[in-house]
Amino acid sequence: MAVGALDGKIAIAPIQVSEGYWRGVVRRISRDPVAMIALVIIVALVLMAIFAPYLAPADPVRGSMLRRLRPVGTPGYPLGADELGRDMLSRLIFGARLSLFMGVTPVLAAFVIGSGLGICAGYIGGKLNTMIMRTIDIFYAFPSVLLAVALSGALGAGLTNALVSLTIVFIPPITRVAESVTTQVRNRDYVEAARASGAGGFTIVRVHVLGNVLSPIFVYATSLISVSMILASGLSFLGLGVRPPEPEWGLMLNTLRTAIYVNPLVAALPGVMIFITSISFNLFSDGLRTAMDVRQ
Amino acid sequence: MLIYTLKRLLYVLPVAFGVSVVCFLLVHITPGDPLTAVMPIDASAEQQAAMRAAYGFDKPLPVQYVIWLGKVMIGDLGTSIASGRSVLTEVSRAVSNTLILSAVATAIGFFFGCLFGFVAGYYRGSAVDRIASALSVLGVSVPHYWLGMVLVIVFSVQLNWLPATGAGPGGSADWTWNWEHIRHLILPAITMSVIPMGVIARTIRALVAEILSQEFVQALAAKGMTDRGIFRHVVKNTAPTALAVMGLQLGYLLGGSILIETVFSWPGTGFLLNAAIFQRDLPLLQGTILVLAMFFVLLNLLVDVLQTALDPRIQRA
Repeated sequence: MAVGALDGKIAIAPIQVSEGYWRGVVRRISRDPVAMIALVIIVALVLMAIFAPYLAPADPVRGSMLRRLRPVGTPGYPLGADELGRDMLSRLIFGARLSLFMGVTPVLAAFVIGSGLGICAGYIGGKLNTMIMRTIDIFYAFPSVLLAVALSGALGAGLTNALVSLTIVFIPPITRVAESVTTQVRNRDYVEAARASGAGGFTIVRVHVLGNVLSPIFVYATSLISVSMILASGLSFLGLGVRPPEPEWGLMLNTLRTAIYVNPLVAALPGVMIFITSISFNLFSDGLRTAMDVRQ
Repeated sequence: MLIYTLKRLLYVLPVAFGVSVVCFLLVHITPGDPLTAVMPIDASAEQQAAMRAAYGFDKPLPVQYVIWLGKVMIGDLGTSIASGRSVLTEVSRAVSNTLILSAVATAIGFFFGCLFGFVAGYYRGSAVDRIASALSVLGVSVPHYWLGMVLVIVFSVQLNWLPATGAGPGGSADWTWNWEHIRHLILPAITMSVIPMGVIARTIRALVAEILSQEFVQALAAKGMTDRGIFRHVVKNTAPTALAVMGLQLGYLLGGSILIETVFSWPGTGFLLNAAIFQRDLPLLQGTILVLAMFFVLLNLLVDVLQTALDPRIQRA
């Protein structure tokens, strides 16, 4: 530069546009074949849930006693018929709506509530931290399945109660993660610098803390979706979630249990759907963790 | 060590207190009161009031809690509304059945989890690693109640090798160690072992890879130690964590057995919970959950203390 300025020409160094964080994450994850396949399956399942009325060949609720437990491959019933003669394919397609909704909603709700609690506890610290974290410890003392069953058993069967119980199950682990990452970030120099330059608590949390803690919490939350899918369908399987005749994979598995002697293949189908969904979320979450370089 | 154990014991007290409060409140978050479900429809207002008073439901909540806690302390978990038997009798019988099932499942899961974990960790990136890792991902992602159904379909319905339901011949609910009973245990135990297998395999794989990359392993190899000798060092280093994970998994299985017990009609705590929920038998529900949660708290304590005792690298005071 100094030399350039002397002979009247100013050389301008080419501007190095550094790659954004999210762009890097997208680039890394798109090179992970397993995560991409999982993502494609998840997107397909979501599309299937959204466009269920257009995709399903028959009414998922109306059955016919004459066509009970038709085997897979019956003309007009590509995946057979269930114990009330309802078309399995249509029920599996419509089932994606409730099953995905029941699996994802509790984790989303717990993500919002748990992050809030954890960030408050971690950033403010002191007595508030003790209060929040000791309460969380109590809920941690219950194995997750037991807590979910106990809460929805006490509240009574039903979709809303199942969602509430599952949300309560997932708040403690998310709060713990949120609290631990926030405590780490709070002690960083840049937070200290922001405070020294007069930034208010709210600004520091919004600008410096949230940006640094949300991605590890988010990655952790995505790893819980798979568990949540299994638990949510499990509650319906026990008769504590959705009520018949709604199509939901766990509930279908329950009502088809008696059919394993007559038509085992049809009876096992809803479980295959739960399995595919749960494993896709698991693999995608693993890929996301690697791509976002989150260590836990 | 002693100080740590004492401190850890003291820490259990508030958690146990909190757990008891949650279990107590569980019954009171239900719509109506616990007696509504069992009260005869034609019961007069006085009869209803008399019954409430008999069960103590007419007193304020904190008073009810203290009375309830006092009884729990001396082992009185109340009376099951549906069967009229003491909750403690019902729960202790069910707990022993669940304990057998979960312990066997944990043992199977631990064995295969270690096997897959060590193989995958040692031969990282190889085909064997991919297979072992895939199996452990499948293990943690499979809806185990569905896996149970599939095993019943294959081994009971199609092949007719093993019984599909119950814990013994003729629906016997009392466990004895003989072949007839063990036959009933095989399918539920294998189903249940899948989760701890996956979790333990994943943990061990990561641990083994980490240990192998450490300098002391290179040093051992450099001084001429055989692979077998090095393997012993690796095992020794993974042991505390592996045992801790195993202990926690046993706790999760004990508390989470309800789904598998429902599939196999296994007469354990899960089966009891299921019955309690659908008969609205709230004292039984409360008692079972309390016992299971306390088991979990104590198991956690035991794992922490044992891990500290086993692993000299952990310095706690």
